[in-house]
Amino acid sequence: MAEFWKWRESRWVSQEVHWKDARVISAGVDVGSVSTQAVILIDGLLYSYSNIRTGSSSPESATKAMNLALEGTGLSLEKIHYTVGTGYGRVNVPFAQRTITEIACHAKGANFMYGPTVRTVLDMGGQDCKVIRCDENGKVLSFLMNDKCAAGTGRGLEVFADLVGVNIEEMGELSLRVEEEPPPVSSTCVVFAKSEASSLLRRGWPKERVLAAYCAAMAKRVVVLLERLGVEEDFAITGGIAKNAGIVRRIENHLGVKALEPKMDTQIAGALGAALFAASLAQREGK
Amino acid sequence: MILRFGYADGSGEFYITLDSEKCDGCGVCVEVCPKGVLFLAPNPFDPLEEVPLALVREDARNRLKYLCVLCKGSPKPCVASCPNGALEHF
Ligand code: SF4
Ligand code: SF4
Repeated sequence: MAEFWKWRESRWVSQEVHWKDARVISAGVDVGSVSTQAVILIDGLLYSYSNIRTGSSSPESATKAMNLALEGTGLSLEKIHYTVGTGYGRVNVPFAQRTITEIACHAKGANFMYGPTVRTVLDMGGQDCKVIRCDENGKVLSFLMNDKCAAGTGRGLEVFADLVGVNIEEMGELSLRVEEEPPPVSSTCVVFAKSEASSLLRRGWPKERVLAAYCAAMAKRVVVLLERLGVEEDFAITGGIAKNAGIVRRIENHLGVKALEPKMDTQIAGALGAALFAASLAQREGK
Repeated sequence: MILRFGYADGSGEFYITLDSEKCDGCGVCVEVCPKGVLFLAPNPFDPLEEVPLALVREDARNRLKYLCVLCKGSPKPCVASCPNGALEHF
């Protein structure tokens, strides 16, 4: 059976940065409900990262992501001076010295990823979404999260990809190929949206139209959160859903504000922020 | 930093807001809260800072509607007790 929900795992190693003369080697691991990332920094420069699907065990996923980031580098876990865990499974990173909240890590990571002009970060993760306002150093100024309902998130997208039978990485683009925007599905709750979409498909709606209705509903939902906190530019999106053009474009249209173009895998923002904090903590503790 | 704990649902908005610039960690609000909603700890959203301030317990964040409804009066006791006007409730 085709697995439409399966997004691509990834890894990357810098060709320019080398660890042999490093003063501080730091790492961040973000264990989310859907994906897990590990990031390694050498003296504050991005050295390597990995991005994998979270398995049934958080500690195992953390270890697996870390091993993938280390693979082929000659670097090993013992050489890392400080590791910070973040994300929903952050207490389950066996080799971390400390845990830090996702909100702090995403603001910090977005600052590194998109540059110091970022003032508003929308993190759309596997299980929830958050809006963060931050300063030029990536320090949090205020935030808002929807802790109550996990609807309209990465997990929902995965379920939807399978339902409609479209690869998750193509859903967004396909949803933009409609001549006219259909009304959004009335709920982004995975269960309701699923039955609503099934009935639209049965009624003969083309896939792109059903996807458009779903992406529009997801966008509408986060726009409420964004508008409640207020969007100051520059505006950036982190997390897996930042890769879905169908949702991003619709958020931009609602807000009348463009999101910055990502320069690297948006899913690593949390782990990147964690690794940046790890570097500061390693220095502070004189390691 | 403005820390906002709580949620919005169909029946309304249930948030406790703390201004970290104003809170000095005196702990008066923690003492007056009958439900143990508040506690003192370093700001988890500013991890390089170590001074404690008032926070909402993790397991209370999704239940503020039910916990805080029992505190009658306006402003709520926690808000009224704060000497620095650091807390808000809505
Ligand atoms: S309203 Fe009452 S229960 Fe709620 S935090 Fe304040 S003092 Fe505690
Ligand atoms: S009473 Fe006010 S200043 Fe004191 S800990 Fe509570 S919020 Fe902070």
